[in-house]
Amino acid sequence: MREEVLFTLDTPYRQPLAVKGWRFGDPERKSLAVVGALRGNEVQQMYICSQLIRALETLEEEGKLAPDCGVLVIPCANQFSMNVGRRFWAADNTDINRMFPGYDGGETTQRIAARIFATIQGYEYGVHFTSFYLPGSCLPHARIMETGYQHPEEALAFGLPYILLRKPQPYDTTTLNYNWQIWDTQAFSLYTQETDCVDHPSACQAVEAVLRFLGKKGLSTQPVSEPEAASVIFREDGLHNILSATGGLLFHRREPGDTVTAGEVLADILDPCTGQVRERLRTAHAGKVFFAHKAQLIAGHDVAFRVLPEA
Amino acid sequence: MSSDNHLIVRNGAGGDAFPAVCGGKGVLVMIEQVVQVPLAVGEDLTIPKNRIGSGEKRLCVVTGTHGDELEGQYVAWRLARLLKEHPEHLHGTVDIYPALNPLGISTMTRGMPLCDLDMNRTFPGSENGSMSEYVAARLIQDMAGADACIDIHASNIFLREIPQVRINENTARRLVPLAKYLNMDLIWIHAAATVLESTLAHSLNALDTPTLVVEMGIGMRVTRTYGDRLITGILSLMAHLGMWSAPVMPVAPPIVSSDGYVSFVNASCPGIFFPSSSHTAHVEEGQELGVIADPLTGEVRDILKSPASGLLFTLREYPVVYEGSLIARILGGSL
Ligand SMILES: [Zn+2]
Repeated sequence: MREEVLFTLDTPYRQPLAVKGWRFGDPERKSLAVVGALRGNEVQQMYICSQLIRALETLEEEGKLAPDCGVLVIPCANQFSMNVGRRFWAADNTDINRMFPGYDGGETTQRIAARIFATIQGYEYGVHFTSFYLPGSCLPHARIMETGYQHPEEALAFGLPYILLRKPQPYDTTTLNYNWQIWDTQAFSLYTQETDCVDHPSACQAVEAVLRFLGKKGLSTQPVSEPEAASVIFREDGLHNILSATGGLLFHRREPGDTVTAGEVLADILDPCTGQVRERLRTAHAGKVFFAHKAQLIAGHDVAFRVLPEA
Repeated sequence: MSSDNHLIVRNGAGGDAFPAVCGGKGVLVMIEQVVQVPLAVGEDLTIPKNRIGSGEKRLCVVTGTHGDELEGQYVAWRLARLLKEHPEHLHGTVDIYPALNPLGISTMTRGMPLCDLDMNRTFPGSENGSMSEYVAARLIQDMAGADACIDIHASNIFLREIPQVRINENTARRLVPLAKYLNMDLIWIHAAATVLESTLAHSLNALDTPTLVVEMGIGMRVTRTYGDRLITGILSLMAHLGMWSAPVMPVAPPIVSSDGYVSFVNASCPGIFFPSSSHTAHVEEGQELGVIADPLTGEVRDILKSPASGLLFTLREYPVVYEGSLIARILGGSL
């Protein structure tokens, strides 16, 4: 294991932003790059990387990394925002994950994106632990952009229960995932249950998924456990969105992972002042709850649940 | 205000058009809620528009997409008053949308407070999507089909801009002739980028509703001279469209430029920027634009010089800079 400062960016009133990477295996090989927190609230994503670093250190010490394997892990590229409790770049509120592939002659976050991209370009595989813009929790899954360069079958090696294919929207074209893929890295965004706090079980599942991926790709010799079931691959537009019609206090009856029947009530929305039930949110389709809105308050016309219909 | 003797009808119910009511001078004025969505506790999100006049020709004047940009508030206010005072010259319908992002404006937030998204990256939206997508879809439905739409922006809190119209190169042929009426100093024809396909202007232009993006002034401030110029420009455009019959002050032709003539100056290091050239000045190549100072040591960390001779049309006003922070843009650049 080699700890390395990948680049620094000076700041006017604070210590320089020093983005660190941890390298394992052959430093000349670019097998897998793993990126954690690009946003200041991605604590879970940073934590997963920390646990992955511990696991990779053990593998390396035990001589179980393949001789042609080189791994780079970047747990956090945005302590500047994380340390002051801000989600986006705290000086101008821009999102580093909307700045790829970056531009080294451009604005600050474009430069940060460019420097990150320069260190992680050319890897065969890329994993980005990231978070969703809607406040909620979803089942752990690998997400792949359908750029035309995608190979969803490669994601089977993670052994995660779900692989979601997303048709890129215009605003996706500046994300790390999209640009990694366009520039010839097989890129996967891995989503786990939490963002701003640590969910240990799904973090372990994510670490295991990366270790399994290394094993399946012949990059480690550590025996890998087989997942309980094969991954389900589906397109994002196949999810059934359940929208709130009214606002209020949201009380869940069902959580991500629950199997639900058609017509079943998933949550109640209560009048926040009187406690009267204003709305019962039902699913029209049987299936599995894939995403649930997490904040206690919900506005009208918001995505309260996403259900993956039964095949 | 006492001079506003026109009766205004409010309808709270999500956009059903009430029979309009005549004001004292015979102009039809009606405030409608284009979007109404319940928030969690005792309040609805409402996005109002003021419809002034009647008739098939329609102009939309839109602002307040970014909650930290306020220059358009003055334009909306002045335009509404002027049209109501002179109904005899108005031939058609003017829809004024002063605040597309009311939650943002009310909280000094550039984006949308509930989802942390830039509203101008959510169009054309979707009726069945999340709240932001729904709002975007409703707005597009309401504006589509207008004869022209003017989307007024005010830079951001960091940079001051001369009055300008920004046009995607793919729509330049159609929009530049219209933009020339707006009484702005510059028409900047910029390269297309996929990410910009999610803007209001792109979505409306794709639906054949000619939409012009105005950028002027600076965030969190109002520059009334710029607003007054745009009012003249809007009346000129309305006269061109056959919607305004009073004489309008002549409009000076703007400079029309593509990306190739625009030079950028970014901060090379962090510190405090003190300008030494003034916004809208003509600068020479090599002329000092300002310094980046270090208040701790008293040192000058960098002297920033103009890379080209030309018009200093963007200048940084917010002093704290990081490496990469945009300092200036000069028209008359590299080609
Ligand atoms: Zn704006």
